[in-house]
Amino acid sequence: MPEFEPRIVAFLCNWCTYTGADLAGTSRIQYPPNVRIIRLMCSGGLDPVYVTKALLEGADGVLIGGCHPGDCHYQSGNYKARRRVAILKTILEQLGFDPDRVWLRWISASEGQYFADTVTEMVAALKEKGPNPVRELWGI
Amino acid sequence: MAVNAVLEIEDNVLNTLNAFLRGLLERGVVDDLLVPQTTLAGDNVVQTLVHDVAHLSAMNPMAPVLPVNSATLVSKLTITGAPRKVGVVLRTCELRALVELVKLQQATLENVVLIGVDCLGTYEVTDYATLIADGIDPTAELLAQIKDGPPRPHDGYNFRAACQMCEYPTPDAPGVHAPDIHLGVLGTDGGVLVTVRDDLAEPLELTPASIPAGRKAVVEALVRERAAERDRRFAEFRARVTDVSGLLAQFSTCIRCHNCMIACPICYCRECIVRTTTFDHEPRQYFDWAERKSIIRMPVDTLIFHLTRLNHMSTSCVGCGMCESACPNDIPVATIFRAVGEKVQAIFDYVPGRSLEDELPLATFREDELTELGEK
Ligand code: SF4
Ligand code: SF4
Ligand code: FES
Repeated sequence: MPEFEPRIVAFLCNWCTYTGADLAGTSRIQYPPNVRIIRLMCSGGLDPVYVTKALLEGADGVLIGGCHPGDCHYQSGNYKARRRVAILKTILEQLGFDPDRVWLRWISASEGQYFADTVTEMVAALKEKGPNPVRELWGI
Repeated sequence: MAVNAVLEIEDNVLNTLNAFLRGLLERGVVDDLLVPQTTLAGDNVVQTLVHDVAHLSAMNPMAPVLPVNSATLVSKLTITGAPRKVGVVLRTCELRALVELVKLQQATLENVVLIGVDCLGTYEVTDYATLIADGIDPTAELLAQIKDGPPRPHDGYNFRAACQMCEYPTPDAPGVHAPDIHLGVLGTDGGVLVTVRDDLAEPLELTPASIPAGRKAVVEALVRERAAERDRRFAEFRARVTDVSGLLAQFSTCIRCHNCMIACPICYCRECIVRTTTFDHEPRQYFDWAERKSIIRMPVDTLIFHLTRLNHMSTSCVGCGMCESACPNDIPVATIFRAVGEKVQAIFDYVPGRSLEDELPLATFREDELTELGEK
Protein backbone atom coordinates (compact mmCIF):
# COMPACT_ATOMS: atom_id res chain seq x y z
CA MET A 1 0.00 0.00 0.00
CA PRO A 2 1.30 3.49 -0.84
CA GLU A 3 2.17 5.64 2.13
CA PHE A 4 -0.78 7.65 3.49
CA GLU A 5 -0.64 11.20 2.17
CA PRO A 6 -2.73 13.55 4.33
CA ARG A 7 -4.93 16.10 2.61
CA ILE A 8 -4.91 19.54 4.20
CA VAL A 9 -7.34 22.33 3.45
CA ALA A 10 -5.79 25.70 4.27
CA PHE A 11 -7.79 28.89 4.78
CA LEU A 12 -5.23 31.68 4.48
CA CYS A 13 -5.50 35.42 4.98
CA ASN A 14 -4.66 37.38 1.85
CA TRP A 15 -2.53 39.92 3.68
CA CYS A 16 -0.19 37.57 5.48
CA THR A 17 -0.17 33.79 5.33
CA TYR A 18 -1.37 33.60 1.72
CA THR A 19 1.40 35.97 0.69
CA GLY A 20 3.81 34.01 2.89
CA ALA A 21 2.82 30.84 1.05
CA ASP A 22 3.38 32.65 -2.22
CA LEU A 23 6.79 33.77 -1.03
CA ALA A 24 7.67 30.20 -0.11
CA GLY A 25 6.83 29.28 -3.71
CA THR A 26 8.70 32.10 -5.42
CA SER A 27 11.70 31.52 -3.15
CA ARG A 28 11.65 27.87 -4.20
CA ILE A 29 11.44 26.68 -0.60
CA GLN A 30 10.49 23.00 -0.62
CA TYR A 31 7.39 21.86 1.26
CA PRO A 32 5.04 18.92 0.88
CA PRO A 33 2.33 19.28 -1.79
CA ASN A 34 -0.46 18.07 0.53
CA VAL A 35 -2.16 21.40 1.01
CA ARG A 36 -5.06 22.93 -0.95
CA ILE A 37 -5.19 26.65 -0.33
CA ILE A 38 -8.29 28.82 -0.10
CA ARG A 39 -7.63 32.55 0.07
CA LEU A 40 -9.63 34.74 2.43
CA MET A 41 -9.48 38.48 2.94
CA CYS A 42 -8.98 38.00 6.68
CA SER A 43 -8.90 35.10 9.13
CA GLY A 44 -11.80 36.89 10.84
CA GLY A 45 -13.92 36.24 7.76
CA LEU A 46 -13.86 32.49 8.19
CA ASP A 47 -17.12 30.96 9.34
CA PRO A 48 -16.24 27.76 11.24
CA VAL A 49 -18.91 26.02 9.23
CA TYR A 50 -16.42 25.74 6.34
CA VAL A 51 -13.77 24.20 8.56
CA THR A 52 -16.36 21.71 9.72
CA LYS A 53 -17.41 21.06 6.14
CA ALA A 54 -13.83 20.29 5.12
CA LEU A 55 -13.39 17.87 8.03
CA LEU A 56 -16.72 16.17 7.40
CA GLU A 57 -15.84 15.69 3.76
CA GLY A 58 -12.72 13.88 4.79
CA ALA A 59 -9.92 16.45 4.93
CA ASP A 60 -7.27 15.08 7.26
CA GLY A 61 -6.39 18.50 8.57
CA VAL A 62 -7.41 22.14 8.31
CA LEU A 63 -4.87 24.94 8.58
CA ILE A 64 -6.07 28.46 9.32
CA GLY A 65 -3.47 31.15 8.71
CA GLY A 66 -3.80 34.74 9.89
CA CYS A 67 -1.77 37.82 10.66
CA HIS A 68 0.18 37.97 13.91
CA PRO A 69 -1.73 39.49 16.86
CA GLY A 70 -1.71 43.25 16.43
CA ASP A 71 -1.08 43.02 12.67
CA CYS A 72 -4.57 42.28 11.30
CA HIS A 73 -5.42 44.58 8.38
CA TYR A 74 -8.87 45.01 9.85
CA GLN A 75 -7.59 45.52 13.40
CA SER A 76 -9.19 42.61 15.21
CA GLY A 77 -10.21 39.92 12.72
CA ASN A 78 -7.54 37.54 13.95
CA TYR A 79 -8.55 37.92 17.60
CA LYS A 80 -12.12 37.08 16.65
CA ALA A 81 -10.90 34.15 14.58
CA ARG A 82 -8.97 32.93 17.61
CA ARG A 83 -12.17 32.85 19.69
CA ARG A 84 -14.03 31.01 16.95
CA VAL A 85 -11.27 28.45 16.65
CA ALA A 86 -11.26 27.93 20.43
CA ILE A 87 -15.02 27.34 20.30
CA LEU A 88 -14.78 25.07 17.27
CA LYS A 89 -12.06 22.92 18.81
CA THR A 90 -14.08 22.55 22.00
CA ILE A 91 -17.14 21.49 20.04
CA LEU A 92 -15.13 19.02 17.95
CA GLU A 93 -13.59 17.52 21.04
CA GLN A 94 -16.95 17.18 22.81
CA LEU A 95 -18.44 15.47 19.78
CA GLY A 96 -15.75 12.84 19.39
CA PHE A 97 -13.63 14.47 16.68
CA ASP A 98 -9.90 15.01 17.04
CA PRO A 99 -9.51 18.78 17.58
CA ASP A 100 -5.80 18.57 16.80
CA ARG A 101 -6.61 18.16 13.14
CA VAL A 102 -7.36 21.90 13.15
CA TRP A 103 -4.35 24.21 13.32
CA LEU A 104 -4.36 27.97 13.71
CA ARG A 105 -1.06 29.71 12.91
CA TRP A 106 -0.01 33.34 12.68
CA ILE A 107 2.29 33.58 9.65
CA SER A 108 3.24 36.90 8.12
CA ALA A 109 3.80 37.78 4.46
CA SER A 110 7.57 37.65 4.96
CA GLU A 111 7.59 34.27 6.73
CA GLY A 112 7.78 32.00 3.68
CA GLN A 113 10.13 29.64 5.48
CA TYR A 114 7.83 29.47 8.52
CA PHE A 115 4.87 28.64 6.24
CA ALA A 116 6.83 25.82 4.62
CA ASP A 117 7.95 24.54 8.02
CA THR A 118 4.40 24.64 9.32
CA VAL A 119 3.08 22.57 6.42
CA THR A 120 5.94 20.10 6.78
CA GLU A 121 5.26 19.79 10.48
CA MET A 122 1.52 19.43 9.99
CA VAL A 123 1.92 16.74 7.34
CA ALA A 124 4.18 14.78 9.70
CA ALA A 125 1.72 15.15 12.58
CA LEU A 126 -1.19 14.01 10.41
CA LYS A 127 0.74 11.05 9.07
CA GLU A 128 1.20 9.97 12.64
CA LYS A 129 -2.53 10.29 13.30
CA GLY A 130 -3.51 8.46 10.13
CA PRO A 131 -6.47 9.25 7.88
CA ASN A 132 -9.46 11.20 9.17
CA PRO A 133 -11.81 8.45 10.44
CA VAL A 134 -14.71 10.35 8.85
CA ARG A 135 -13.51 9.08 5.47
CA GLU A 136 -14.70 5.59 6.38
CA LEU A 137 -18.09 6.66 7.72
CA TRP A 138 -20.96 7.21 5.33
CA GLY A 139 -23.61 8.47 7.73
CA ILE A 140 -22.18 11.98 7.89
CA MET B 1 -32.38 47.38 45.10
CA ALA B 2 -35.35 45.12 45.55
CA VAL B 3 -38.15 44.94 48.08
CA ASN B 4 -39.53 41.64 49.36
CA ALA B 5 -43.14 41.32 50.37
CA VAL B 6 -45.58 38.51 51.02
CA LEU B 7 -48.98 38.23 49.34
CA GLU B 8 -51.54 36.76 51.71
CA ILE B 9 -53.25 33.74 50.18
CA GLU B 10 -56.94 34.40 49.76
CA ASP B 11 -58.48 31.19 48.48
CA ASN B 12 -55.58 29.53 46.73
CA VAL B 13 -52.06 30.26 45.48
CA LEU B 14 -53.01 30.52 41.81
CA ASN B 15 -55.79 33.03 42.42
CA THR B 16 -53.47 35.08 44.60
CA LEU B 17 -50.90 35.26 41.81
CA ASN B 18 -53.59 36.05 39.27
CA ALA B 19 -55.00 38.84 41.42
CA PHE B 20 -51.55 40.35 41.71
CA LEU B 21 -50.99 40.21 37.93
CA ARG B 22 -54.44 41.68 37.30
CA GLY B 23 -53.51 44.48 39.69
CA LEU B 24 -50.57 45.44 37.47
CA LEU B 25 -52.98 46.25 34.65
CA GLU B 26 -55.65 47.75 36.91
CA ARG B 27 -53.18 50.08 38.61
CA GLY B 28 -51.66 51.10 35.31
CA VAL B 29 -48.22 49.79 36.24
CA VAL B 30 -48.36 48.24 32.76
CA ASP B 31 -50.64 48.91 29.79
CA ASP B 32 -50.54 45.37 28.50
CA LEU B 33 -49.69 42.02 29.94
CA LEU B 34 -48.08 39.02 28.22
CA VAL B 35 -49.43 36.23 30.38
CA PRO B 36 -50.13 32.50 29.99
CA GLN B 37 -53.81 31.60 29.78
CA THR B 38 -55.67 28.36 29.26
CA THR B 39 -56.93 27.92 25.70
CA LEU B 40 -60.65 27.61 25.04
CA ALA B 41 -60.21 23.87 24.54
CA GLY B 42 -58.66 23.72 27.98
CA ASP B 43 -55.83 21.35 27.15
CA ASN B 44 -53.05 23.87 26.64
CA VAL B 45 -51.81 27.07 28.23
CA VAL B 46 -50.40 29.68 25.89
CA GLN B 47 -49.10 33.21 26.13
CA THR B 48 -51.67 35.93 25.53
CA LEU B 49 -51.15 39.65 25.08
CA VAL B 50 -53.94 41.33 27.00
CA HIS B 51 -54.87 45.00 27.02
CA ASP B 52 -58.27 44.74 28.72
CA VAL B 53 -58.52 43.46 32.31
CA ALA B 54 -61.79 41.79 31.42
CA HIS B 55 -59.82 39.23 29.44
CA LEU B 56 -57.70 37.76 32.17
CA SER B 57 -60.09 35.12 33.43
CA ALA B 58 -58.10 32.10 32.21
CA MET B 59 -54.69 33.17 33.56
CA ASN B 60 -52.34 30.45 34.72
CA PRO B 61 -48.74 31.59 35.16
CA MET B 62 -47.97 28.35 37.03
CA ALA B 63 -49.19 25.87 34.41
CA PRO B 64 -46.54 23.17 33.93
CA VAL B 65 -46.43 23.45 30.15
CA LEU B 66 -44.25 25.53 27.83
CA PRO B 67 -45.39 25.50 24.20
CA VAL B 68 -42.88 28.18 23.16
CA ASN B 69 -39.99 29.94 24.77
CA SER B 70 -41.61 33.34 25.28
CA ALA B 71 -38.33 35.17 24.71
CA THR B 72 -39.17 34.87 21.01
CA LEU B 73 -42.53 36.52 21.69
CA VAL B 74 -40.97 39.38 23.62
CA SER B 75 -38.63 39.79 20.65
CA LYS B 76 -41.65 40.24 18.37
CA LEU B 77 -43.18 42.79 20.75
CA THR B 78 -40.06 44.85 21.32
CA ILE B 79 -37.58 44.47 18.47
CA THR B 80 -38.19 48.02 17.29
CA GLY B 81 -39.33 49.21 20.72
CA ALA B 82 -42.48 48.43 22.70
CA PRO B 83 -44.99 51.22 22.02
CA ARG B 84 -46.57 50.88 25.48
CA LYS B 85 -45.55 49.60 28.85
CA VAL B 86 -45.83 45.82 28.77
CA GLY B 87 -45.44 43.33 31.60
CA VAL B 88 -44.13 39.94 30.47
CA VAL B 89 -44.56 36.83 32.59
CA LEU B 90 -41.59 34.53 32.12
CA ARG B 91 -39.99 31.42 33.55
CA THR B 92 -36.25 31.55 34.15
CA CYS B 93 -35.32 29.84 30.85
CA GLU B 94 -37.43 32.40 29.01
CA LEU B 95 -35.94 35.29 30.96
CA ARG B 96 -32.42 34.03 30.32
CA ALA B 97 -33.09 33.55 26.60
CA LEU B 98 -34.53 37.07 26.49
CA VAL B 99 -31.35 38.50 28.00
CA GLU B 100 -29.42 36.80 25.21
CA LEU B 101 -31.81 38.12 22.55
CA VAL B 102 -31.44 41.65 23.89
CA LYS B 103 -27.68 41.33 23.53
CA LEU B 104 -28.16 39.89 20.06
CA GLN B 105 -30.21 43.01 19.30
CA GLN B 106 -33.39 41.04 18.75
CA ALA B 107 -35.32 42.54 21.66
CA THR B 108 -35.34 45.70 23.75
CA LEU B 109 -36.28 46.18 27.38
CA GLU B 110 -37.41 49.78 27.43
CA ASN B 111 -41.10 49.87 28.40
CA VAL B 112 -40.84 46.22 29.46
CA VAL B 113 -41.55 45.05 33.00
CA LEU B 114 -39.98 41.63 33.47
CA ILE B 115 -42.10 39.42 35.69
CA GLY B 116 -40.29 36.21 36.62
CA VAL B 117 -42.14 33.27 38.12
CA ASP B 118 -40.89 30.16 39.91
CA CYS B 119 -41.11 27.16 37.63
CA LEU B 120 -42.36 23.89 39.07
CA GLY B 121 -41.30 21.92 35.98
CA THR B 122 -43.09 21.55 32.65
CA TYR B 123 -44.61 18.57 30.81
CA GLU B 124 -44.44 18.01 27.08
CA VAL B 125 -47.44 19.69 25.45
CA THR B 126 -48.98 16.32 24.56
CA ASP B 127 -48.54 15.00 28.11
CA TYR B 128 -50.17 18.10 29.56
CA ALA B 129 -53.12 17.68 27.20
CA THR B 130 -53.46 14.00 28.13
CA LEU B 131 -53.46 14.83 31.84
CA ILE B 132 -56.21 17.38 31.27
CA ALA B 133 -58.19 14.88 29.20
CA ASP B 134 -57.92 12.47 32.12
CA GLY B 135 -59.52 15.03 34.39
CA ILE B 136 -56.34 15.91 36.26
CA ASP B 137 -55.41 19.47 37.24
CA PRO B 138 -51.62 19.42 36.73
CA THR B 139 -51.17 22.92 38.16
CA ALA B 140 -53.04 22.25 41.39
CA GLU B 141 -51.18 18.97 41.81
CA LEU B 142 -47.83 20.74 41.76
CA LEU B 143 -48.90 23.75 43.79
CA ALA B 144 -49.96 21.32 46.52
CA GLN B 145 -46.29 20.36 46.86
CA ILE B 146 -44.63 23.79 47.03
CA LYS B 147 -44.31 23.89 50.79
CA ASP B 148 -42.00 20.93 51.21
CA GLY B 149 -40.92 20.40 47.58
CA PRO B 150 -39.41 19.34 45.29
CA PRO B 151 -42.64 19.05 43.29
CA ARG B 152 -43.04 15.60 41.72
CA PRO B 153 -44.79 15.01 38.38
CA HIS B 154 -47.99 13.02 38.08
CA ASP B 155 -47.56 9.27 38.48
CA GLY B 156 -46.36 7.68 35.26
CA TYR B 157 -45.37 11.01 33.74
CA ASN B 158 -42.19 13.00 33.76
CA PHE B 159 -41.21 16.60 33.22
CA ARG B 160 -39.47 17.56 30.00
CA ALA B 161 -35.85 16.38 29.97
CA ALA B 162 -34.61 19.99 30.05
CA CYS B 163 -36.66 20.65 33.20
CA GLN B 164 -35.38 17.53 34.91
CA MET B 165 -31.86 18.95 34.61
CA CYS B 166 -32.63 22.67 35.00
CA GLU B 167 -30.72 24.28 37.86
CA TYR B 168 -32.57 27.58 37.52
CA PRO B 169 -36.11 26.82 38.72
CA THR B 170 -36.31 30.28 40.29
CA PRO B 171 -35.53 33.54 38.52
CA ASP B 172 -34.10 35.08 41.70
CA ALA B 173 -31.15 32.67 41.56
CA PRO B 174 -27.62 34.00 41.43
CA GLY B 175 -26.40 33.91 37.84
CA VAL B 176 -29.72 35.15 36.47
CA HIS B 177 -30.52 38.72 35.40
CA ALA B 178 -32.93 39.97 38.06
CA PRO B 179 -36.50 40.50 36.85
CA ASP B 180 -38.35 43.69 37.86
CA ILE B 181 -40.93 41.59 39.67
CA HIS B 182 -40.50 38.05 40.92
CA LEU B 183 -43.30 35.82 42.12
CA GLY B 184 -41.97 33.00 44.26
CA VAL B 185 -44.03 30.05 45.41
CA LEU B 186 -41.44 27.37 46.19
CA GLY B 187 -40.93 26.86 49.90
CA THR B 188 -43.80 29.17 50.83
CA ASP B 189 -46.72 28.30 53.07
CA GLY B 190 -49.78 30.48 53.30
CA GLY B 191 -48.25 33.47 51.51
CA VAL B 192 -46.55 34.01 48.17
CA LEU B 193 -43.22 35.82 47.95
CA VAL B 194 -43.16 38.88 45.74
CA THR B 195 -39.90 40.71 45.15
CA VAL B 196 -40.07 43.98 43.22
CA ARG B 197 -37.74 46.71 42.04
CA ASP B 198 -37.95 49.21 44.89
CA ASP B 199 -39.71 51.93 42.89
CA LEU B 200 -42.56 49.48 42.27
CA ALA B 201 -43.26 48.78 45.95
CA GLU B 202 -45.24 51.97 46.47
CA PRO B 203 -47.55 51.86 43.43
CA LEU B 204 -48.25 48.22 44.27
CA GLU B 205 -48.84 49.04 47.94
CA LEU B 206 -46.48 46.35 49.14
CA THR B 207 -45.34 46.20 52.73
CA PRO B 208 -41.76 44.98 53.08
CA ALA B 209 -41.51 41.57 54.71
CA SER B 210 -38.84 38.93 55.02
CA ILE B 211 -38.48 36.03 52.61
CA PRO B 212 -40.54 33.04 53.85
CA ALA B 213 -38.34 30.97 56.14
CA GLY B 214 -38.79 27.64 54.39
CA ARG B 215 -37.95 28.86 50.89
CA LYS B 216 -34.17 28.59 50.90
CA ALA B 217 -34.04 24.92 51.87
CA VAL B 218 -36.72 23.87 49.39
CA VAL B 219 -35.09 25.72 46.50
CA GLU B 220 -31.65 24.39 47.41
CA ALA B 221 -32.89 20.81 47.53
CA LEU B 222 -34.53 21.19 44.15
CA VAL B 223 -31.45 22.74 42.56
CA ARG B 224 -29.25 19.98 44.00
CA GLU B 225 -31.50 17.31 42.56
CA ARG B 226 -31.60 18.97 39.16
CA ALA B 227 -27.84 19.54 39.03
CA ALA B 228 -27.24 15.88 39.85
CA GLU B 229 -29.56 14.85 37.03
CA ARG B 230 -27.78 17.26 34.69
CA ASP B 231 -24.40 15.79 35.55
CA ARG B 232 -25.75 12.27 35.12
CA ARG B 233 -27.10 13.07 31.65
CA PHE B 234 -23.94 14.88 30.61
CA ALA B 235 -21.79 11.95 31.73
CA GLU B 236 -24.05 9.54 29.86
CA PHE B 237 -23.79 11.65 26.72
CA ARG B 238 -20.02 11.86 26.97
CA ALA B 239 -19.77 8.09 27.41
CA ARG B 240 -21.95 7.55 24.33
CA VAL B 241 -20.07 10.03 22.15
CA THR B 242 -16.38 9.23 22.38
CA ASP B 243 -15.83 9.17 18.63
CA VAL B 244 -17.57 10.16 15.42
CA SER B 245 -19.38 6.82 15.17
CA GLY B 246 -20.89 7.53 18.59
CA LEU B 247 -21.96 10.95 17.37
CA LEU B 248 -23.50 9.48 14.23
CA ALA B 249 -25.45 7.06 16.38
CA GLN B 250 -26.99 10.05 18.19
CA PHE B 251 -28.20 11.51 14.92
CA SER B 252 -29.00 8.27 13.14
CA THR B 253 -32.73 9.02 13.35
CA CYS B 254 -32.43 12.73 12.50
CA ILE B 255 -34.68 13.57 9.56
CA ARG B 256 -33.28 17.10 9.25
CA CYS B 257 -36.64 18.72 9.68
CA HIS B 258 -34.85 21.66 11.39
CA ASN B 259 -37.56 21.73 14.07
CA CYS B 260 -34.90 21.99 16.75
CA MET B 261 -33.60 25.17 15.17
CA ILE B 262 -37.04 26.67 14.59
CA ALA B 263 -38.03 26.10 18.21
CA CYS B 264 -34.74 27.44 19.59
CA PRO B 265 -35.12 30.95 21.01
CA ILE B 266 -31.48 31.74 20.36
CA CYS B 267 -31.53 30.80 16.67
CA TYR B 268 -33.07 34.05 15.53
CA CYS B 269 -31.60 34.37 12.02
CA ARG B 270 -34.31 35.01 9.45
CA GLU B 271 -32.32 33.04 6.95
CA CYS B 272 -30.08 30.40 8.48
CA ILE B 273 -27.19 29.32 6.27
CA VAL B 274 -28.50 25.75 6.35
CA ARG B 275 -31.78 26.94 4.79
CA THR B 276 -30.03 28.67 1.90
CA THR B 277 -28.58 27.13 -1.23
CA THR B 278 -25.06 27.29 0.22
CA PHE B 279 -24.97 23.55 0.66
CA ASP B 280 -26.84 22.63 -2.49
CA HIS B 281 -24.59 21.04 -5.04
CA GLU B 282 -24.55 20.27 -8.72
CA PRO B 283 -25.79 16.70 -9.33
CA ARG B 284 -22.28 15.72 -10.39
CA GLN B 285 -20.94 16.47 -6.89
CA TYR B 286 -23.06 13.77 -5.25
CA PHE B 287 -21.85 11.19 -7.75
CA ASP B 288 -18.26 12.25 -7.17
CA TRP B 289 -18.68 11.80 -3.44
CA ALA B 290 -20.32 8.43 -3.94
CA GLU B 291 -17.42 7.40 -6.12
CA ARG B 292 -14.82 8.64 -3.66
CA LYS B 293 -16.41 7.14 -0.56
CA SER B 294 -18.30 4.29 -2.28
CA ILE B 295 -21.41 5.28 -0.33
CA ILE B 296 -22.91 8.48 1.12
CA ARG B 297 -25.99 9.08 3.25
CA MET B 298 -28.74 11.03 1.50
CA PRO B 299 -29.61 13.74 2.13
CA VAL B 300 -26.02 14.75 2.86
CA ASP B 301 -24.93 17.17 5.56
CA THR B 302 -26.80 15.91 8.62
CA LEU B 303 -23.93 16.56 10.99
CA ILE B 304 -23.00 19.88 9.50
CA PHE B 305 -26.43 21.21 10.38
CA HIS B 306 -25.94 20.45 14.06
CA LEU B 307 -22.28 21.49 14.08
CA THR B 308 -23.12 24.81 12.43
CA ARG B 309 -25.78 25.53 14.97
CA LEU B 310 -23.39 24.69 17.80
CA ASN B 311 -20.69 26.95 16.38
CA HIS B 312 -23.11 29.82 16.01
CA MET B 313 -25.22 29.65 19.15
CA SER B 314 -23.84 27.32 21.81
CA THR B 315 -22.30 30.27 23.69
CA SER B 316 -25.86 31.45 24.37
CA CYS B 317 -27.72 28.13 24.86
CA VAL B 318 -29.85 28.51 27.98
CA GLY B 319 -30.92 24.89 28.18
CA CYS B 320 -34.65 25.52 27.79
CA GLY B 321 -34.98 22.26 25.84
CA MET B 322 -37.37 23.63 23.24
CA CYS B 323 -35.18 21.87 20.65
CA GLU B 324 -35.66 18.48 22.21
CA SER B 325 -39.39 18.96 22.72
CA ALA B 326 -39.70 19.89 19.05
CA CYS B 327 -37.74 16.87 17.82
CA PRO B 328 -40.14 14.31 16.32
CA ASN B 329 -37.63 11.51 16.83
CA ASP B 330 -36.69 11.95 20.47
CA ILE B 331 -33.07 12.84 19.79
CA PRO B 332 -31.63 14.24 23.05
CA VAL B 333 -30.81 17.54 21.38
CA ALA B 334 -31.00 19.61 24.57
CA THR B 335 -28.61 17.34 26.43
CA ILE B 336 -26.16 17.46 23.54
CA PHE B 337 -26.38 21.22 23.11
CA ARG B 338 -26.21 21.91 26.83
CA ALA B 339 -23.30 19.55 27.41
CA VAL B 340 -21.32 21.11 24.58
CA GLY B 341 -22.54 24.60 25.48
CA GLU B 342 -21.29 24.19 29.04
CA LYS B 343 -17.72 23.62 27.82
CA VAL B 344 -17.84 26.40 25.25
CA GLN B 345 -19.28 28.90 27.74
CA ALA B 346 -16.64 27.91 30.29
CA ILE B 347 -13.82 29.09 27.98
CA PHE B 348 -15.07 32.64 28.43
CA ASP B 349 -16.57 32.27 31.91
CA TYR B 350 -19.82 33.21 30.24
CA VAL B 351 -23.23 32.36 31.68
CA PRO B 352 -26.06 33.04 29.24
CA GLY B 353 -28.85 35.06 30.82
CA ARG B 354 -26.68 36.19 33.71
CA SER B 355 -26.33 39.83 32.84
CA LEU B 356 -26.93 42.39 30.15
CA GLU B 357 -23.41 43.70 30.69
CA ASP B 358 -21.41 40.51 30.02
CA GLU B 359 -20.49 40.77 26.36
CA LEU B 360 -21.48 37.97 24.00
CA PRO B 361 -18.37 35.80 23.55
CA LEU B 362 -18.64 35.96 19.77
CA ALA B 363 -19.01 39.74 19.71
CA THR B 364 -15.83 40.56 21.56
CA PHE B 365 -12.27 39.40 22.29
CA ARG B 366 -9.33 40.13 24.55
CA GLU B 367 -5.85 40.58 23.23
CA ASP B 368 -4.25 38.69 26.07
CA GLU B 369 -6.41 35.55 26.01
CA LEU B 370 -6.03 32.13 24.36
CA THR B 371 -2.45 33.02 23.52
CA GLU B 372 -1.41 29.39 23.08
CA LEU B 373 -3.65 29.28 19.98
CA GLY B 374 -1.92 30.42 16.81
CA GLU B 375 1.57 29.94 18.19
CA LYS B 376 3.72 26.99 17.35
S1 SF4 C 1 -30.28 24.79 21.69
FE1 SF4 C 1 -32.11 23.87 22.64
S2 SF4 C 1 -31.77 24.10 24.87
FE2 SF4 C 1 -30.32 25.51 23.85
S3 SF4 C 1 -31.40 27.52 23.77
FE3 SF4 C 1 -31.82 26.45 21.78
S4 SF4 C 1 -33.79 25.33 22.15
FE4 SF4 C 1 -32.99 25.93 24.20
S1 SF4 D 1 -35.68 18.26 15.38
FE1 SF4 D 1 -34.69 16.24 15.61
S2 SF4 D 1 -35.00 15.20 13.61
FE2 SF4 D 1 -35.45 17.41 13.27
S3 SF4 D 1 -33.45 18.26 12.59
FE3 SF4 D 1 -33.50 18.54 14.84
S4 SF4 D 1 -32.47 16.69 15.67
FE4 SF4 D 1 -33.01 16.23 13.51
S1 FES E 1 -6.09 40.74 7.74
FE1 FES E 1 -4.89 38.94 8.13
S2 FES E 1 -5.97 38.11 9.84
FE2 FES E 1 -7.12 39.93 9.51
